[in-house]
Amino acid sequence: MVLSRYRPLIEEFEAFLAACERPLPSVVRVNTLKATVDRVREALDSGGYAYESCEWNPELLRLETSRPGNSWPYVHGWIYGQEEVSALPALVLDLKPGDRVFDACAAPGSKTTQLAALMEDTGTLVANDANLGRLSALRSNAERCGVTNCVVTSTDAQTFSLDPFNDEPFDHALVDVPCSCEGTIRKNPTALDEWSLDRVTGIAGVQRGILERAVQMTRAGGTVVYSTCTFAPEENEAVLDHVLETEPCRLVEFDAPLTTRPGVTEWNGEQYDPSVQRAKRIYPHLNDTGGFFCAKLEVDA
Amino acid sequence: MADNVSHRFDRLPPTPADRVVSERPSRQEVLEWWNERFGVDPAVFEDYSFWEKGAGKLWVFAGDVPTPITVEAVGLTALRVRQEHWKPTTDAVQRFGQHATKNVIELSDSEARTFIAGEDQQLAWDGDWGYLIVSRSIAGDTEPLGVGLYLHGELRSQIPKGRRREIDE
Ligand SMILES: C[S@@+](CC[C@H](N)C(=O)[O-])C[C@H]1O[C@@H](n2cnc3c(N)ncnc32)[C@H](O)[C@@H]1O
Repeated sequence: MVLSRYRPLIEEFEAFLAACERPLPSVVRVNTLKATVDRVREALDSGGYAYESCEWNPELLRLETSRPGNSWPYVHGWIYGQEEVSALPALVLDLKPGDRVFDACAAPGSKTTQLAALMEDTGTLVANDANLGRLSALRSNAERCGVTNCVVTSTDAQTFSLDPFNDEPFDHALVDVPCSCEGTIRKNPTALDEWSLDRVTGIAGVQRGILERAVQMTRAGGTVVYSTCTFAPEENEAVLDHVLETEPCRLVEFDAPLTTRPGVTEWNGEQYDPSVQRAKRIYPHLNDTGGFFCAKLEVDA
Repeated sequence: MADNVSHRFDRLPPTPADRVVSERPSRQEVLEWWNERFGVDPAVFEDYSFWEKGAGKLWVFAGDVPTPITVEAVGLTALRVRQEHWKPTTDAVQRFGQHATKNVIELSDSEARTFIAGEDQQLAWDGDWGYLIVSRSIAGDTEPLGVGLYLHGELRSQIPKGRRREIDE
């Protein structure tokens, strides 16, 4: 079994495996561009929906329905179905209204719409994805959420060009890369069926390329957040370790309102830069969420 | 006058006098239209620019990028022009419709369900015919829902196929 390779990394490994077997509750994020948390709660109450807020973020609601899309709040663009733990990276970016922000792998847009809300729909948000089919989902999600500060592009993020943007760098970048998705096993029980070490190695090459390019396009002093929904150190700490060497940037500490474990500095005989410990690993049993990895980088002045 | 280039986005000229592409509306005309048709104060759009892609599709954008630009989207689709009756989009009405002071029709709960399912319905309305902002009451206030075309006693739902829903509640 694929996950047993992580036994050496995870204390309470049995609790980890048991959590991976449990389905995930359906969670929606309040789209603060169109409604307040109070109004959404009022609308859900009068629609007869049962829900509870996530302890760490009142904008996230665990909703007892498998079809939030058929509710009035959804139709008005007041809520967005998003996995609880995936709301973390956009918050880690510390955005201010008016910023210029790059979302390197944006489709279908759960983090793009969250970034736009954190920017209060001001400044400029460039949302890119290489997959045209997924881009149309991104566009319709952004439009339903009423996002007006977003430019959508469709290129390989490894070779993204700033030419059309007069070469102006970004203040922040979110690099939510394609990955082996091991951490989505609770939502998608077949997530590991296609798993192979070759795939992990191949995808890690793309991840390095995307992260390097994002760092290059971010101004000195700006921040880049790297995230995956997978446990494999090859796609997490090893990618960071590589980019620390090739680009002028460093990993910085950040607070997370969830229980996390530090990045690992050693895996399968490889040693990584000690600062990768500043990254955070989130295992399903720690907060009853999906699995996740998140790191914050600052571009050197 | 220059031609329109179909795959790229061009920022609208400020006024008709600045026009270089034939038939391209100016920002001033767009603001006047929102004001005349729906009573939206032009100040609402002060921090937004308007862009055209192809012939007649306008987008509203809060950010800042050079013009022209070849990308997939610039902001939110706002309205369809270069036709006799300009038509706002569902998304623009949901985003800016709360600033409208006329040609807004508020539906009852059952009428709103019919409308969001994409169905036409007979309704009494003694205002203008043409495109109306359709709203409903939710959480103690009215909220715009989409665009309806009112003709001959009938409200025709303009909700795009992908946005139609049978509401569960
Ligand atoms: C984890 S998903 C992104 C999820 C998204 N950030 C969200 O929150 O909804 C990864 C995305 O990367 C895209 N992708 C894969 N390779 C890419 C590349 N080379 N450049 C840009 N995007 C890529 C995929 O199409 C996929 O949509």
